[in-house]
Amino acid sequence: MAAHLKKRVYEEFSKVVQIPHEEAQAKKLRLSKPSKSAALHVDLCKATNSTDALQYLLQFARKPVEVESVEGVIRILLEHYYKETDNSVRLKIASLLGLLSKTNGFSPDCIVDDAINTLGNEKSHQVLAQLLDTLLVIGSQLPESPAVRLRLIEVACKHLSDTYFGVRNKCLQLLGCLGLVDAPLTKDSNGPSSSSGGARDVQSIISNYFADQDPRVRTAAIKAMLQLHDRGMKIHQIIYDQACRLLSDDYEQVRSAAVQMVWVLSQLYPESIVPIPSSNEEIRLVDDAFGKISHMVSDGSWMVRVQAAKTLGSMLQVSSHFLEQTLDKKLMSDLRVSRAFPLAESHATQTEHVLCFVNLQRKRTAHERAKELFVSGEFSSGRKWADDAPKEKLDSNTVNLIASGACGAFVHGLEDEMFEVRIAAVEALCQLARSSPSFAEKCLDFLVDMFNDEIEEVRLQSIHVLREISTHITLREDQLDTVLAVLEDSSRDIREALHELLCYTNVSTKECIQLALLELLKNLNKYPTDRNSVWKCLKFLGSRHPALVLPLVPELLSTHPYFDTPEPDMDDPAYIAVLVLVFNAAKSCPTMPALFSDHTFRHYAYLRDSLSHLVPPLRLPGRKQVYSLDSVDSSCGSSSVESAQLFLQQSLNRVSSIQNLETAGDQDLLNFTIRDLQRLGELQTELAGAADFCATYLRCQLLLMKALQEKLWNVAVPLYLQQNVTATAAAQQILEETYKLEFLYSGLESRQVATIHHVRLQAKALQLILTARTRQGLDLLISSCEKFLQEVESFQRLFLSELPHLQDSFVDKLLELMPRLVSCKPAELVKILQTTLRQSGLLQLRLPEQIHRATATIVEPTGESDNPLKFTSGLVVALDIDATLEHLHDPQNSVKVQVLYPDGQSHVIHPKPGDFRKPGPNRHRLITQVYLSHTAWTEPSQVEVRLLLAYSSSSSSS
Amino acid sequence: MPEIKVTPLGAGQDVGRSCILVSIGGKNIMLDCGMHMGYNDDRRFPDFSYVTQNGRLTDFLDCVIISHFHLDHCGALPYMSEMVGYDGPIYMTHPTKAICPILLEDFRKITVDKKGETNFFTSQMIKDCMKKVVPLNLHQTVQVDDELEIKAYYAGHVLGAAMVQIKVGSESVVYTGDYNMTPDRHLGAAWIDKCRPDILISESTYATTIRDSKRCRERDFLKKVHESIERGGKVLIPVFALGRAQELCILLETFWERMNLKAPIYFSTGLTEKANHYYKLFITWTNQKIRKTFVQRNMFEFKHIKAFDRSYADNPGPMVVFATPGMLHAGQSLQIFKKWAGNEKNMVIMPGYCVQGTIGHKILNGQRKLEMEGRATLDVKLQVEYMSFSAHADAKGIMQLIRMAEPRNMLLVHGEAAKMEFLKGKIEQEFSIDCYMPANGETAMVTTNPSVPVDMSLNLLKREMALGGPLPDPKKPRTMHGTLIMKENSLKLVSSEQALKELGLNEHQLRFTCRVQLQDPHSDPDTLHRVYTHLKSVLKGYTIQHLPDGTVMVESIVIKVSSSAEDVNAKVLLLSWSYQVQQSPVIFSSEPFNQFLFSSSRKGFRHTR
Repeated sequence: MAAHLKKRVYEEFSKVVQIPHEEAQAKKLRLSKPSKSAALHVDLCKATNSTDALQYLLQFARKPVEVESVEGVIRILLEHYYKETDNSVRLKIASLLGLLSKTNGFSPDCIVDDAINTLGNEKSHQVLAQLLDTLLVIGSQLPESPAVRLRLIEVACKHLSDTYFGVRNKCLQLLGCLGLVDAPLTKDSNGPSSSSGGARDVQSIISNYFADQDPRVRTAAIKAMLQLHDRGMKIHQIIYDQACRLLSDDYEQVRSAAVQMVWVLSQLYPESIVPIPSSNEEIRLVDDAFGKISHMVSDGSWMVRVQAAKTLGSMLQVSSHFLEQTLDKKLMSDLRVSRAFPLAESHATQTEHVLCFVNLQRKRTAHERAKELFVSGEFSSGRKWADDAPKEKLDSNTVNLIASGACGAFVHGLEDEMFEVRIAAVEALCQLARSSPSFAEKCLDFLVDMFNDEIEEVRLQSIHVLREISTHITLREDQLDTVLAVLEDSSRDIREALHELLCYTNVSTKECIQLALLELLKNLNKYPTDRNSVWKCLKFLGSRHPALVLPLVPELLSTHPYFDTPEPDMDDPAYIAVLVLVFNAAKSCPTMPALFSDHTFRHYAYLRDSLSHLVPPLRLPGRKQVYSLDSVDSSCGSSSVESAQLFLQQSLNRVSSIQNLETAGDQDLLNFTIRDLQRLGELQTELAGAADFCATYLRCQLLLMKALQEKLWNVAVPLYLQQNVTATAAAQQILEETYKLEFLYSGLESRQVATIHHVRLQAKALQLILTARTRQGLDLLISSCEKFLQEVESFQRLFLSELPHLQDSFVDKLLELMPRLVSCKPAELVKILQTTLRQSGLLQLRLPEQIHRATATIVEPTGESDNPLKFTSGLVVALDIDATLEHLHDPQNSVKVQVLYPDGQSHVIHPKPGDFRKPGPNRHRLITQVYLSHTAWTEPSQVEVRLLLAYSSSSSSS
Repeated sequence: MPEIKVTPLGAGQDVGRSCILVSIGGKNIMLDCGMHMGYNDDRRFPDFSYVTQNGRLTDFLDCVIISHFHLDHCGALPYMSEMVGYDGPIYMTHPTKAICPILLEDFRKITVDKKGETNFFTSQMIKDCMKKVVPLNLHQTVQVDDELEIKAYYAGHVLGAAMVQIKVGSESVVYTGDYNMTPDRHLGAAWIDKCRPDILISESTYATTIRDSKRCRERDFLKKVHESIERGGKVLIPVFALGRAQELCILLETFWERMNLKAPIYFSTGLTEKANHYYKLFITWTNQKIRKTFVQRNMFEFKHIKAFDRSYADNPGPMVVFATPGMLHAGQSLQIFKKWAGNEKNMVIMPGYCVQGTIGHKILNGQRKLEMEGRATLDVKLQVEYMSFSAHADAKGIMQLIRMAEPRNMLLVHGEAAKMEFLKGKIEQEFSIDCYMPANGETAMVTTNPSVPVDMSLNLLKREMALGGPLPDPKKPRTMHGTLIMKENSLKLVSSEQALKELGLNEHQLRFTCRVQLQDPHSDPDTLHRVYTHLKSVLKGYTIQHLPDGTVMVESIVIKVSSSAEDVNAKVLLLSWSYQVQQSPVIFSSEPFNQFLFSSSRKGFRHTR
């Protein structure tokens, strides 16, 4: 039955509802069943053969073990270990040992000896490897015990010569994780300090295994070295040569790890000098490493290629000519030197020598250099027919500063077969370009070319990258052409990314502006849903290039010097788009309004009202100065923000003068301040978050104050039931507001969070007092008292570092009285609370640097839609939702969609993580579909769609 | 010393007519069997009589391997197998096997039906020839016979193109065929593992070129086509039916879609439909993007590209036509070219290499007046553009492949001599390996140093490993003791005891003795005792025994004392040790020990005197 019903979908701007997930405190039970260890012992003894024993152990592994019985269990396992002959059972036991020593709260130092002893008479290599793994776990559980570490290292060194690769792997891992960081012994101090060789230089031991016969061991050795680096040990430069040799290993995992190793060293010793083999040339280490990693971009394995491409991006210290070489497949003459050249200075010291070299290069003029760069010699480019006749052979006496295979790393990376590599290359280009404007200029063409990539992700990524480096560059017309061609892409993401890019681009000529406008209008025509995005894009385009727009104005507005042209349709999105461009340009170009015709002014007034976020205030000649306020605002934008900031601070200071919450005047002061702040938030969008935050906080204080000043406190207990209601409501409201304060604002520091929690604690104290007065039964009171005390404790634990700032506050006083509170009776506790609460003063709020309120705007569905959605009862209809979320941390997990049907039914829908996009910093976009379904109803009615922010009160510690 | 011989019958310092003979480990393999596009006489096929003089090809060749379906690599196949006579196996990949007969048939039609040549292979011959084909899969090792094995690697270039590794024992040769190291719109890049062949036979079409970014080329191409279309001109793109054509089609198709262009794109019929069918079919041989998206849309189902009819060439208005063949030497592309050559608005884009002698080659070299058959001349007014879309590796790609495979020797084919020379120098300089570039009929010989595998018992290995120092030193050779037994074509390394047992021989004891003269007045047993006590005091840490039979044992060295008959005081000290003592590494230290023993015993007695 087709229910011909009208359902209207509601639009709700910035409606955020919170659903608290209170987590029940997990009750701890002490189990009185026989200890785990005993049960295990019985089981293992029962086992007749190894398969049975293995089964028991597997079952055992699935159950958790309490901290108290861990040691017992381990003893039993060890005992059984010695008896067991089967390898697999011993292996399982060894792995269980590791698992058990990870148990929270258990310190494994008591089993170190036993574990090491087991190694002694183990024959099976697999079990040996597992035991070493267990030792690794134990060792990492005991970071504060150097003695244990030394012993473990000794053990590892002893087993390094094992024939089985797994054992060697584990030993190296052990060395990497536990090797001594704090006291890296130099070779000289080797003799006296080390008796057993255990304290030998860990690095040299590990680096011996760089040449192991097994690739897995080689990988493990490099990984161990990287681990040492991660733990803060300075890797010796000698390793560099060895690592470079590993770059040409036969196995990809080795090469991949070696790339990382070389990178680490290049970051550690960027300015060291390394020789180029078979020549007298020397170059900086970072350049050498850069060349070697560039070389890996054309590796046979794509995993290595990805790794190498990614790594290149973070080598920012590299010299510019090496950087430029990545964009040309041919060896540039810059990086080729005649062999005879440096001999002249061979007496000079190394550093001087390099300086000479650099200087000599700098002496050439830029023009000469550019010419040489492009006429790069021996090879032809293949662009022209018959251009590839062999040139005369170059002097074989030249030395290449970079392996010829390394040239054009990015050219290779960008045209790689695997899009993973291409994306990595694009990202690396971006990083390098951001730090070097000249490189940004050069790589522009390559990035623009990537807009034609066959994979959408790559296109998208390159658009994003271009946006990030767009401050450095100005697009040429032909580049803009290629860029704008992408506007016809059928993917919405791509188009929007491109709009975003255009917002930030600088273009060079007025033709470019015209071209961009034309393409954007075409886009608007083809995809009307892009309306907002296109308008926004034009707004920025206009305000960035007023001088370029000016000559276009008559044409754009189709005005004519003699004739009146027909008035365009005001509702045409294309016309609005043009106006947005012109008005924004006119903002900083006072001569422009003279070119406007009458209707343009009228349209301005209309648009200024209806699309105020797109149309800036203009000072128009011959108009009434209605906008004086705004124009003042805009003319001194930055100073007004400052003054608003000052005002905010002053109001807060004023409020802080309130000592206790008793006087009536203080209440008024609070009231006014709250009103001021709210108004300030409306006026000054930059400070809206901060003002809002303060206002909410002060409202909480006000509520608290009011609740405490009620007469009920003086009334005898049985009489006040009626008044009690308001106070309870106030407490409830304060609680709610504090949750909002905590989760709705981004940029909070732990100081503010502490303050918020403090208010919440006060509210809870108030609640407790009120419960006590209702006298609902002693049990309830006792439990809520306990709960309150627990909360005080957890507050203390969480904000230990903030406590000094909370002097003289409610909590401070409570903590002083804590010993008494714990021991006293509930009634007494309530009394103490009551007095402290009333005595405690107002806690001053300190504002953090940046504070923003999380907002959500539902762009689609719009509430005003005239065509209602119809759907058959019992079946589903998909509703597209498009919303912008701002200042939200981790929306993938916290934002939900709620659908509220007219009969009060509601569904909460969790959008997929893929539905969230991140178009800019602190901004997310949710584009998803929700399914509506309902039984029949009789007349058109409205369905509400809301966005919810989920939080859980227990996770508030973060 | 074993040798590998490589003799190009075609493609030696030349492009076109690839055909290379390889003799490796007693096996003869023919790599590719192509024809030359520039000739219409006997020169177009390789000279097969060279191979055997008079005998049958089948007796001489162990197998034929075809790298891909281009006619200059497989055009002579039916001629060789059916007309010259070869019955052995022919290896090619699945796509090649599927597409090759279509091209051969097309080629046959043009030659026989259009030009009216006789003495050419027939359709039946093509079919018979294809029956001898054994298909290959990528990375599949195929045993041709007990010793010869071949393995195919992905080569890019065209659909189904493969590089082959040929291996006999430990000797191996890799033949690249044509390959491409830069992926394009429809195919991936060539890849090979570090197989370290003795010879890498590589094509070198673009030996002196390093191409700039492929994206740049694509953009230029699209721009040129677009501009010409906007001017209202016609664009002719001569292509070979398969390969580049598909790439350019995908490129133009996506461009048309994006720019919303309306001008028609045509593709000469016949071959195309069948070919596109195979492209749709062998989707696993294409690149990442097409492989991943073919479920939603098979990229080879073109929306904008329609079949061409001869009459369309005279239609007014702009159009783009892909026509075969690629070098403008015959067929439809030449016909269209003749029609359009007079108008300067039109354009011809040569997307690839042109062999000398073809019209393509001539116009690219700037010739503006062409002589046609029948003495007519043709004025070339249209624009001639060259876009290197040829999917051959450039110099950089060749270097990259060398770096990937790490060959011991390099051999260049399929390129022009002068350019090869240049690349040869580069390769020798950069990799310091030998590089050969034999001409047709010339033989390049490479001596190999094959490693001889020897079986060794695990016990012996473990024992010898235990003797050496700690493990990690895999790069250094290590000496070990054992006996090498050669029996029935196999080599075995066993311990000496086992060798004795197996051969039924007795073990001989070899003892070294030495006499030392001493002056000592004591009796023989006393002297011996004195020697014993002295040694005991000097050599600590060695087991020294005084045996009741009148000898002293130091480890395994026996010392006896006897006095000569003439002089009672002159004692002779007899020392005796076995061969093992001298050799075995454990008591290697016994050599200095022995000297020490002598000197000390002399010294000791001097003292007592």
